[in-house]
Amino acid sequence: MSFARTFRHGVHPHAHKEATEALPVERMPFVERLVLPLSQHAGAPARPVVAVGERVERGQLIAEAAAFVSAPLHAPVAGRVAAIAPRPHPSGRLVPAIELETDPLSSQRLPAGPPLDAGALDNESFVAELQNAGLVGMGGAGFPTHVKYRLPEGRRVERLLVNGCECEPFLTSDHRLMVERAGDVVRGAEIAAAQLGVAETVFGVELNKADAIAALERAVDGRAAMRVVPLAVKYPQGAEKMLIRAVYGVEVPSGRLPLDVGMLVNNVATMTAVADWFDRRRPLVERVVTVSGPGVRRPANLLVPVGTPVRAVLDHCGGLAPETREVVMGGPMMGSPLASLDVPVVKGTSGLLAFTAEEARLPTEYACIKCGRCVEACPQFLNPSRLGRLSRAGRFEEMMGYHAMDCVECGSCSFACPSGIPIVQLIRVAKGALRERAVAEAAR
Amino acid sequence: MSAILVAGGVLAGLGLLFGLLLAVADRFFKVVEDPRIDAVEKLLPGSNCGACGQPGCRGLAEKIVVGAEKPSRCSVSSPAGLEAIADFLGVEVGDADRRVARVHCGGGLGRARQLASYEGFASCRAAHLTGGGGLECSWGCLGLADCVRACTFDAMRMNAWRLPVVDPDKCTACGDCVEACPRDLIDLMPVSHHLIVQCRVPLAADEARRLCTAACDACGRCAADAAPGLIRMAQNLPVVDYAAGGPAAPAATFRCPTGAIRWVVGEQFAGEEAPAEARRIHA
Amino acid sequence: MSEPHPPRLLVQPAPFLRPTVSTPGIMGDVLIALAPTVVAAVWFFGISALLLIAVSAAAAVATEWGLGGERGRAAVRDLSALTTGVLLGLVLPPSLPLWMAALGSAVAIALGKLAWGGLGHNLFNPALVGRAFLQAAFPVAITTWVAPGGPLALYRGTLAWPFLSAPPDAVSAATPLGQMKFLGAATPAGALFWGDVGGSVGETSAAAILLGAAWLLARRACDWRLPVATLGSAALFAEICHRVSPEKYPGALFTLLSGGLSGGLLFGAVFMASDPVTSPLAPRGAWLFGAGVGALVVLIRFWGGLPEGVMYAILLMNAVSPLIDRALQPRVFGARPAPSAAPGAGTGP
Repeated sequence: MSFARTFRHGVHPHAHKEATEALPVERMPFVERLVLPLSQHAGAPARPVVAVGERVERGQLIAEAAAFVSAPLHAPVAGRVAAIAPRPHPSGRLVPAIELETDPLSSQRLPAGPPLDAGALDNESFVAELQNAGLVGMGGAGFPTHVKYRLPEGRRVERLLVNGCECEPFLTSDHRLMVERAGDVVRGAEIAAAQLGVAETVFGVELNKADAIAALERAVDGRAAMRVVPLAVKYPQGAEKMLIRAVYGVEVPSGRLPLDVGMLVNNVATMTAVADWFDRRRPLVERVVTVSGPGVRRPANLLVPVGTPVRAVLDHCGGLAPETREVVMGGPMMGSPLASLDVPVVKGTSGLLAFTAEEARLPTEYACIKCGRCVEACPQFLNPSRLGRLSRAGRFEEMMGYHAMDCVECGSCSFACPSGIPIVQLIRVAKGALRERAVAEAAR
Repeated sequence: MSAILVAGGVLAGLGLLFGLLLAVADRFFKVVEDPRIDAVEKLLPGSNCGACGQPGCRGLAEKIVVGAEKPSRCSVSSPAGLEAIADFLGVEVGDADRRVARVHCGGGLGRARQLASYEGFASCRAAHLTGGGGLECSWGCLGLADCVRACTFDAMRMNAWRLPVVDPDKCTACGDCVEACPRDLIDLMPVSHHLIVQCRVPLAADEARRLCTAACDACGRCAADAAPGLIRMAQNLPVVDYAAGGPAAPAATFRCPTGAIRWVVGEQFAGEEAPAEARRIHA
Repeated sequence: MSEPHPPRLLVQPAPFLRPTVSTPGIMGDVLIALAPTVVAAVWFFGISALLLIAVSAAAAVATEWGLGGERGRAAVRDLSALTTGVLLGLVLPPSLPLWMAALGSAVAIALGKLAWGGLGHNLFNPALVGRAFLQAAFPVAITTWVAPGGPLALYRGTLAWPFLSAPPDAVSAATPLGQMKFLGAATPAGALFWGDVGGSVGETSAAAILLGAAWLLARRACDWRLPVATLGSAALFAEICHRVSPEKYPGALFTLLSGGLSGGLLFGAVFMASDPVTSPLAPRGAWLFGAGVGALVVLIRFWGGLPEGVMYAILLMNAVSPLIDRALQPRVFGARPAPSAAPGAGTGP
């Protein structure tokens, strides 16, 4: 029992981080073929600016942002554009992608450019620079980062929160980043903080990452208005609103954004990417991925070029154990299952986890005994039991009255349910249907 | 004794007062309503399905009586029923063709390539959000019967390929299944339109055929064999436009290599042999 | 390169970590928590108590299996039927004929649970429904109390034939609550605590019940607010009455300890009021529910015609539990206007 800061409710799944938390990040070798889906982010798909057969250099722009809520793509390898065609995406869908053939003779050096003085930029050009870097939220949701930085007229950000919670079990990519690149995490935060003119920058890190806390504290050393806040270990602390609640005790109003309480939350990986772009002019072309789980022979933290097929990454880690039944991209609470290993690592891929039949076994479903564990788990203070029941009965509209749309789909309810009821899945289905109806309604 | 008399008197007085009020209200607040509305409402099926776009059968009855809608707007009633309404009011039945739900995927078990098996909460919508249910085709039917559960007219069932089959006689074109399908595979089509494209894959040739043996590979034979202008190819799929050409004939489907375009009279997927796997399950 | 990958992967919706507790596990914890009480019951009321509990449990499981269909057989596996049967057995008087226990248990499952749609759908606590049925059907048998007879006791009523009146037991005894209420006599606190007094087989030993309660709370098998609120509110109301009129009403201590008695407050609070199915879901609702049970118990005990109060108090609160649930929905995160974090942080245009 610790008395460190945290949010209310939530769950305590086993962390399972011991396999990789002490392993330094190693570079994954370049593979022959890379697939870069044009949508690796929320919003409009990127628009290719290269033609099939064209030669590209590492870091070169290959697809531009098609709208404000969109992000460009850069070549993670030097090589040739082999195809622009639909390719399997981690979501299970076939989506347009650029396929690159790696040039085996290239040195694959990512040239560093002269630093860009972020302080000289106004808000609009800073936002444009963030977009040019191809930055998207690296915690998994894939929301283009620059969108958060566009401040509506008269709005100010007073506090920048750097999210180092990594509350998802198994994942250690952010952890290693904080330990190994603490300087860049702090540097990126410094750039963002200076641009926003914030009063305070806070690094929120859970207590199970003592070395990361120490490294950040060393890196922060001496900088004014920057501090590291250790947080109690609890899931889903990494959710924006939960992190804000944990650090400041403030609840972001329902249906609003952190900006509405004068705050902005960014992942630590996003911060290093900001530092890379402004100090070295390096766009987002690679990221740290944790490869772990009982089905992986050699768990690791890998620096993987975006677009590398999952199969190649797993092979690099000694391949899958024969009893593997399920491969998940992201964390075990909110990640997505892969139908095929021929999908690429994308910008939002924080981990690749392999589970065997034993972990994949669905819990036996019993009747709801109204034990209230889901209510006590829900970080959004919803009544998941009732929402699940309404969803199963197809009474989606009624669920709006119970704030179904406030659900962050963290999965705490399903994890807490002794009756094995797929609560979050039921809510997710209802939310999907409700969103579709709203769109249809608007079109009418 | 007097207490009883007082009580009785008060009650009688109250009764008289309220009776008077009711009489006054009936006299002065009377809403004149066309009696034909009641009659037409009785002739309508009374299922209040909303397929006509009105809030229930009475809503449509009001519209029909004032001539804002034709009786044929009701897709649930039988031709004889519509005729009765038309006769009663002395109006035309109208030419709105009766519509039924049609399914635009002929893939299903053993035809569409399944990369992984979906396990968990049995709902198409859940599977759709979960790695596409393990189906390689991002457009195809997931086979978990969300539409069948949504149908309140008992007009749908899943067949041996785990494809939904609509009974055109029972279908009222209410649109519930259209809304239920997370992949937008169901459409309301006039029952007189017999050419149905049973695929939504926007890919061509091998890329399409790799996904599913019943996929449209955009060969364009149907467009070539149909009456001029009737079928055109758009986004690697045939589009049937009855207004642009015709007449439609089964011949357009004869050379289709995958069966993606069908001439359908009555139920879809009728008379197709069950897949081996399904046969085994049913044996 | 590695050997071929598994031919076909599974896709399942997130989360991929499974719950660490299960419903049968929770039921199992309740059964474990009941174990000390069962031991105490046999220690004080002998073979009769053992038979009573066993018959009641067996009848509950058999009824669930026989009448519940597919779902009933599942309910047998989730241990909920067994739990109901044991609970009912423990709230019956020691000399109650076994056939009555079996009948009550069958009614508890059939009318208290299956008629509502099975586990999770019932409005009332099934064991208490069974108890209420017996109270209505056999008012004499269910209020016939005997003195504790030791581990080998076999009361003559126990083996009575169905629908034949049993010969009265030689030694009958009023319960401490009855003595208090109708004779104005108090029972020593020590006897009340250990359970060496007359009463329902499982309700006399406060020590055993507290042991079970400790297990339940340690395993988080029930919402701790329910028993705490129930006992707290009963003690509070009793103490108020006691202060107002000390010679007429016993104080809080007696009210709590007499949990070991026919009123069964302690047993009811720990094992009956805490049934998750029939109590409110949200924490605030749990407080209100417990407070209501406590208040009703005191009301019935002090002013009602019965020494018994807990059963009706809980059943009454069961009935309003859905209303409480509807009224006290949890407050959604961020529904309260957040205090302005910083000057200049607007709350939107």
